[in-house]
Formats: sequence, structure tokens, C-alpha cells
Amino acid sequence: MEALAALEQQAREALEKAADLKALDAVRVHYLGKKGVLTRQLKQLGTLPPEQRREAGQSINVAKKQVQEAIEARKLQLQQAELEAQLSAEKIDVTLPGRGQRSGGLHPVTRTLQRISRLFAGMGFESIEGPEIEDDYHNFEALNIPEHHPARAMHDTFYIDAHHVLRTHTSPVQIRVMETRKPPFRIIAPGRVYRCDSDLTHTPMFHQVEGLLVDEKVSFADLKGMLEEFLKYFFERDDLGVRFRPSYFPFTEPSAEVDIECVICSGEGCRVCSHSGWLEVLGCGMVHPNVFRHVDVDNEQYTGLAFGMGVERLAMLKYGVNDLRLFFENDLQFLQQFR
Amino acid sequence: MKFSEAWLRAWVNPGLDTQQLAEQLTMAGLEVDAVEPAAESFSGVIVAEVLSVEAHPDADKLRVCQVTTGDTEPLQIVCGAPNVRAGMKAPLATVGGRMPGDMKIRKAKLRGVPSHGMLCSARELGLSEEHEGLMELPADAPVGRDLRDYLSLDDSTIEIDLTPNRGDCLGMEGVAREVGTLTRTDLTPPAFEPVAATIEVQLPIDVQAPDACPRYLGRVIRGINPDARTPLWMQEKLRRGGLRSLGPVVDVTNYVLLELGQPMHAFDLDRLSGGIVVRYAQPGEQLTLLDEREVELDAQTLLICDQERALALAGVMGGIDSGISASTENLFLEVAFFTPEKIAGRARHYGLSTDSSYRFERGVDPELQWRAMERATALLLELLGGQAGPVCEVAAAQHLPVKTAIRLRRDRIRRLLGFVPEDAQVEDMLTRLGVTVTADGEGWLATPPSYRFDLAIEADLIEEVGRVYGYNNLPSANNHGDLTMRPLPEAEIPLARLQALLVDRGYQEAITYSFVDAELLKDLEPDCRPVPLANPISSEMSMMRTSLWAGLLGAVRHNLARQHSRIRLFESGLKYIQQDNEIKQINVLSGAVVGDRYPEQWGLENQVVDFFDVKGDIEALLDIGGHAAEFQAGKHPALHPGQTAAIVIGETQIGWLGCIHPGLARKHGIPSKTCLFELDMDELRKGRVPSFEKRSRFPAIRRDLAIVVDVEIPAGALCDAIHRQAGAMLRDVLVFDVYQGKGIESGRKSVAFGLILQDSSRTLTDDEVDAVEAGIIVQLEKQFAATLRE
Repeated sequence: MEALAALEQQAREALEKAADLKALDAVRVHYLGKKGVLTRQLKQLGTLPPEQRREAGQSINVAKKQVQEAIEARKLQLQQAELEAQLSAEKIDVTLPGRGQRSGGLHPVTRTLQRISRLFAGMGFESIEGPEIEDDYHNFEALNIPEHHPARAMHDTFYIDAHHVLRTHTSPVQIRVMETRKPPFRIIAPGRVYRCDSDLTHTPMFHQVEGLLVDEKVSFADLKGMLEEFLKYFFERDDLGVRFRPSYFPFTEPSAEVDIECVICSGEGCRVCSHSGWLEVLGCGMVHPNVFRHVDVDNEQYTGLAFGMGVERLAMLKYGVNDLRLFFENDLQFLQQFR
Repeated sequence: MKFSEAWLRAWVNPGLDTQQLAEQLTMAGLEVDAVEPAAESFSGVIVAEVLSVEAHPDADKLRVCQVTTGDTEPLQIVCGAPNVRAGMKAPLATVGGRMPGDMKIRKAKLRGVPSHGMLCSARELGLSEEHEGLMELPADAPVGRDLRDYLSLDDSTIEIDLTPNRGDCLGMEGVAREVGTLTRTDLTPPAFEPVAATIEVQLPIDVQAPDACPRYLGRVIRGINPDARTPLWMQEKLRRGGLRSLGPVVDVTNYVLLELGQPMHAFDLDRLSGGIVVRYAQPGEQLTLLDEREVELDAQTLLICDQERALALAGVMGGIDSGISASTENLFLEVAFFTPEKIAGRARHYGLSTDSSYRFERGVDPELQWRAMERATALLLELLGGQAGPVCEVAAAQHLPVKTAIRLRRDRIRRLLGFVPEDAQVEDMLTRLGVTVTADGEGWLATPPSYRFDLAIEADLIEEVGRVYGYNNLPSANNHGDLTMRPLPEAEIPLARLQALLVDRGYQEAITYSFVDAELLKDLEPDCRPVPLANPISSEMSMMRTSLWAGLLGAVRHNLARQHSRIRLFESGLKYIQQDNEIKQINVLSGAVVGDRYPEQWGLENQVVDFFDVKGDIEALLDIGGHAAEFQAGKHPALHPGQTAAIVIGETQIGWLGCIHPGLARKHGIPSKTCLFELDMDELRKGRVPSFEKRSRFPAIRRDLAIVVDVEIPAGALCDAIHRQAGAMLRDVLVFDVYQGKGIESGRKSVAFGLILQDSSRTLTDDEVDAVEAGIIVQLEKQFAATLRE
């Protein structure tokens, strides 16, 4: 029996020395394999007297089980160590940059246009585009701006020929929609417009969004409510001050310009608002009866509201851009700030 | 319109401070652009009299003056002004006083002679541009009086930016009327009497164009004093109104212009021959204007003439030959009403814009001429003496604007404004605006005053009601109409989806000008007829783009010059092409790609972007719409002839893809590996609604096949042939390898295909697949002289 205990002890020592799974297996074979030391002991039971056999067999089996368990334990230990070695070997530097394309971005004007369109889409406005080389009739005449009207001089028009211009505003899209469809109308018209003017605060091309709502019960009160709401949502400022000032556009009557409380100085007065505390952001009004007459909409049955806003201006105020000309330089350092 | 606040307050004086007044005007649509002090800041400047003038002992140009300010002791002042003389009155900046620019006046010695102050020129006080010498004050100026006080300099100038419909506010009277209405304050206009004729002299007036000049008033004034000077009070009002003093006669006409808004013209009577004729110009007729410009006239130009020649561009500018000079003693004064539509655009046509044309174009009150004539005559006689003849009027009543009554319905006010004020309030507002109002059942009959050209229809009056009531006091509503659903065509791909795809693939959107350099355009698209601008801003922006590449290449160059080596830009928008006398405006999506395929990365061997990178992007765009597009080798003048694809869907070419032509790249300083694409946006946005197809339950089989063909044979053609040959059983063909080089005969290439075969109703057997493959091989051999690669 002492021999058995010694064997078990030997096995435990061998297991300790087994440095990997292969060595461990060799130990297992040595003690428990078909010709293993302990297996042999069992085979030799027959040589014992029968009355001893039962007890001896039990002892050998206990020893075998002990060794078996020790092997399993050691195996787990070694597997764990091996896994840890693997993990440690496979460690990477996660701070290194990733691979492949990065996101590009939309132009800030497009970004702003999409935002405006989405806000109005929520109110059921359909977005419509029109031609940029426009005829005199749609750009001026039908909008109640006859030839030699002083308002024409204010437009600084680019001419293509005697009858065609680069549209000076997106308002002609109003006419094109009303000509071809039946009221009610609920549209916005975003797009490029052109004025023959280029300095610090003017670029010869810029973007506008025109809006038109014609229905049987549309009033100046609706115009006020809608634009106040739009401006608050656009600038994400619930307490944004908005004021409506009488103005003049040949195609609306009454006409108004809309000022918001300066978003830079909160109305305190700064360079951006010329120390007035207010910023002019859009023009609007009720559709002029002469415009309805040109497109054959019954002025008694229908009333309409219309508005137009400069997209660059809104983008400048929203993102704090201080130079209009940056929008058309397409400098990546500028553009990439808006992705 | 710029004016002195004090002048306005003489007409109407509401209980508001300057700031509140400006605010009221702005909120009534007369936008106040600026409120500025009437004079620069200075102090300690008083009226002084020069008692004596002696030469300076050590300086030729300086004089030593004794000057009294009313105190017992005269002050010694050294002065360099050429016009200083004993007995004159002039402003004196006293010791301790401050000049504009905060310059303090101290006792000083000038070339050794002590000076106790400074005699001032108008320019030094910021009151004029003139610097002829001391500012000469009138003989009756009270010595010792503070100059600011004497000239009422503690005043503001208010500048309002008038909209073109408010010609009636281009005079003090109109602005006063407006303020009176807004503040419900009564007006206190200056009183003046008609001037009775004391001489009988008349000049005959013949109006041959009564439609353009329905009213013409003329009056002769004889024997004015040519040496008279414009009084300071008038000079100051003119200055604060933004006008220079140009001698008393012109100053009076300008004064009436500012006061009443009526432009008028004074001719030198002695330079006129015969009577006045108002007529249209003969084409080619010449006239030298007051500004010494000679203009050639056209037949739409209305003229004021005498019996021999043209004298003035009616309502725009006088001629130099008949104008007032320093020696004029006899005047002919013209006050007319010109029809706005007949005058409109004329000044601009001759490159002019005058105070007169500005007003006539917007509409001068057709009933103002008599009053203006009497006002001007009274002022002229007061300032210059002389004797006035009778006023001669030629009027054509049928051509004068007539104001008819407009129906103003209470209910219409409510419909348009969403609100209607009390009847009495409506009537009060309109009455103060000069509208004659009589109530009738549904509202009112309202006749606008002659000076309001902008009030013609009901909506105009409703605007007035809203405007005077105050837009900000009107209600806001938040019912934006009935909820309605709009059609949503599923097959239409939103532009934003296409933009988003490019953005996600690393593209940055650009927005470039629609007008570009004509030369660049010619290089890019020599075969396209572009649309030129008639009045471009510069030659670099003179031609409407026929391709967005022009702008994008500019943006590429801009960024290359700023150390960006990897540029991926796209833009969407219109291009403009002339075709058979028609201008086509075509919506396109374009891009330009330069530099490395990927952002530089530590574990990536980077390569310069090539055709196939960009083709992948375009294929992804086309995938959105489920387009089966073909890329066919093509030729485009801007692109590399061997690296250009025409992109075709069915029979329609929808765009181009290619690498820039190396010659073009070199010429314009662009890297030769630049890839460009341009796609028809309308075609690209045509998507489809997915339609379900039953999937096959049976396994697919892949067979790989490598063949060798001539290098010229496009892979696309091989794929097509394989598809045609294999029929429905072939679900897909992949090109997984293309090889040229060792082991392959020169001039030939190996192309390896993966054939994916599947049937919808059964599992394919090896025999069936073998047969299909064999058929393909035979077909490729026959059609392309292909051989199997060993």
C-alpha cells in the first residue's frame, strides 16, 4: 500500500512538471495508459490472494481516480495558461486609426436647404424645382413687376437675351405651379438664384426657398403663425423674438419683412445686426390679386400666403459663418466642418 | 430719404424721443437705416467778430487778428485763412473748447505770436467739405452765442430706406403725414401765401406730349440779385438732407424738393429762345447735360425744349446751356408732373439716377405743382429779390391720374388679415392717411389721395389698415389648414438618397457657380454650344456651364493649392446647353476624384484612385434604382481616350465616366489621375418598385472557367455572350481574374469567370452543368477565338 501512495505522489510531482498539454498527456499515459503504471497494478491484482483482492482493487481505483482528477485539474490550468498566452500574443494597439473611407459631407447650404424642406414637409409642403434660365414673363411680368418698374432696378438681373434672364428669385416657381395645377397649393421651391452683384456681402449666385400656400381660408395671421413657428424650430430657440415689418414686394399685398432677434447677441446689439438687435431673415406677404389674375386663380375664392428666404443667410446665422463668400470657395477645410 | 429730425418736428411733433420715433417709422415700413448726429461733436465754439487784421511779423500766410466774443477784452487770434477780414463774423473755438476728433483747444504760440483760440472753417467743424477759408457767419449773427445753439446743431439726421411704392414719402411733408398717422398727431405745416404776379412776362408753353406731361407750370422771375447767398438755415437743412449748397436758386428748388417732394427746374431765361416745348426727342438728337456729359437721345425720351433745341431731359436732368449761372438775373421756373410709366427707366437708360428722376419714377403728387410753384417763388423772392410773373399752366386732364373710389369690405379685411379693427379705428387710420372714406353697408367706399400711387385696389387699403394698426399687433394663427396626404411615388429616388450614398463613400459636396470661364468650357466640351451671359460680372464667369466639371475642376485646383492631396467632390445641379434655338437645362450629378484611394493609414499600402474605384461608386448609385447600366468604351474630349466609359441604360446614354485627358490636365494644372463622372440626374432618380420573385429551393452550383482571348475584347462582351448562351439556368457571372503576362501569349489575356447556375424547379445534375459549360466554351471560341487556359 505504501507503494501505491508513493506512486500517487510521484504522479502528482510529474504533473507539476508537465509544462504543456503534450507533456501532460505523456504523464497520463505513463500512469493511466493501457500499459500505465497504475493500470498495471490492476492487472496484477490476480496475483494477490483473493481475500486481499477486493481491498487492494479499491485502493488502486481510488489512487487512479485521484491521479485522474489531478490530471484534469492540471489540464484546465494548462489550457487556461495557453489561452492567456494566446490572448497576450494577439494583443493589438486599439488606438491606431481604422481603415477605409471616412464620411464625406453635404455642403452647408444643402444641409440647411434639407432642414428647411423637412420642417415645411411636416406641414404638408411639397418641394418643387423650376428652371434657372427663366423667361421675363415668369420672373417679372406674372409677378406684377412690369418693365421699368423701379423694383426691377433693385434686382440686378443677369440677362441671357432680351426675353430671358437668370432667375433673380425662386418666386417664378410659384407661377409655374399655379399655371399648371388647380388650387389649393402648398409648395416650397428651393434653388439657386442670381443677381449681378459681387462684393463682401453679395455673391452673384445664392440660394432661396420660396413658399406658397393658397387655400380658401388663408390669412396674414396664418402667415405670421407659420413663420414664427418655422423660425423657432429652425434656430431651435423657443424664446426667439420675431417681428413683422411692413415692406414692399410687387407680388404680395400686404407685404412684410421678418426680423428675428439677433442670434449672435440675443438682441443686445452687435456688429452682425448693425447694433439694432434685429436681423432681417425673410420676406413674405399675401399673394397679390394681380398675380392670381395672371394664373387664373379666383381672387375672391382663394387667398394665399407666400414667403421667400435666403438660405446662405440662414446658414450663416445658424452655424456662425461670418463670410458669405466661403460658401462658394469649396475649400475642404470649410466644407468638412459641416459633415 | 434723409432729413433733419428738427425739420420733421417742425411739421409734426409727437411725444416720442428720437429712438422711439425711429422705431415707429421702421415698424410702419419706412425702415430707418441710420440716425446720426447732425454735426460732429465739438464744444466751446462761439460766434465771434473779427475787429482787426494785421500781418504776422514772421509768417507770410498768417495773420494776427483781434477778435471779440462780446466780452470786454478782445482776444488775439492767429489765423491762416485767406478770407479773414475785419468786420466778418466767424466761429471761434475758444481755449478749453474741443474740436471734432476730440482735439482740445489750448493757448498757443504760432511763430512766436500768442493765439487764444482758433477761428474755424466749416470743414474744420465737420459742417461742409469746403475749405476756402473761415466759415462766414451772417452779419446779424449774435456775437458770443454758442455756435451749436445758433445753428441748432444738436439735431439728428434720420435716413430712411424707402420701398419703391412709397414715393409719397420722398419729401418732408410725406414723412410728416406718415408720422402724424402713426402717432395720431396733427400736422403743423409751414404757412405761406401765393405770390401775386407783379410783372406780366410770360413764356409760351407748348406741351406736345400730354400723355407723358399732363401738367406743366412755368413762371418767369426777373431781376434777382445774382450776388445773394443762401442763408445758413437753408444750407443746414439741405446739408442734413444730404444735399450740397449750389447757389441760392438751385438751393431753393432743392429745398422745395426736400420739403414737398416736388422736383423742379430753373432755367436761365436769357438763354432760352422763344417758348417752351415739351416733346419726345428726335432719334439721334444731342444734349449736353449739367454734368457735362453729352448724350444721344432716342425717341422714347421726353424733352423740355425751346424753339431751337433741347434744354433738358424731362424729369431727369437739365442741360448745361440753359442752366443757372452765377450771373443769372432772370429765371424761368418749371414745375411739372410727368407720368411715372413714361419717365420710368429713362434715367437708367442714360446711366443716370437723379433726385428728380428717382421721385418722378415713383410718382410725384399730380396736385402738388401749384403749391410747389408758390412755395419756391416765395422763397426765391425772399432770398434773391426780383419780380414774379403769372404762373402759366398747361394741363391735360384726361392724362392726369384719377383716383376712383375703392370698395373696402370689412369681411375682406378679416379674411386677409385674420382680424378686423373697430370701424371707427379703420376710418381714423385711413382718414389720417388722406383717404376719403364713406361708410356703406359692407364696409366703406375709400378714395385714396392723389399722392398715393400705391393705393389702387382693396388689398392695398387692407395693407394700410394692417400696417398702421401694426403688423406686430395683428394676431398669429397656428392652424395651417387641413391635414392632407400627398402622393409618394415609390419609384422616385430622392435626391437626398443619392447625395447620402456619395457622402457615405467619402465624397464632399461642393456648390460651384453656374457661370464659368468660356475658355475652360471650350476645352472641356468643344462640341457643346454654351449659353453666354449678356452682362457677365467677369470673363471668368461669362458662360453658363455645359458641364459641372468646369466648376469642380476649379474646386480641385483650389484645394490642391492648399495642401489637400486627396479630394473627392460631387455636385448636383443644372447644366445648360443650346440645342436648335432652345436652351436645355439638364439636371446632373457630377464628381471629381483625385489622390489616394483611401485616407492614408498605417496598415494599408495605398494606391492612387483609378477608374474602377469611381466605377464602383457609380455602380452603387445605379444599384439604388436597380438600374442595369452598361459601361461602353467611349470618347469624350475631356477624357482619356482609353479610359472613358459611356454609361448606357437601354438605348439611353445617361452619363460619362473617365479619367481626365492628360493633355487637358497638363494645360489646366490638374493631376492626370483625376477621375470624372457626370450622370443625368433625372435618369438616375428613376427607380423601381421591387417586385417579389419566388426563390429557388434548389442548390446553386459554381463552375470556374478561365479563357484566353485578345486583349481588345471587353469583358462585358464575353459576359453577354455567356449569358446569351447559357440561358435561364445561369443566374450570375463573376469576373474574378484578369491576367496578362508570363504564360500568356503577348496580345492575349486570360479572363476567369465564376458561373453560378441554378434552376428553380430541380437540382441540376453534373451532366447538365457540363453541357452548359461546354456550350459556353464552344460559343466563346467561335465568337471571340477564345481558348481554354491550361
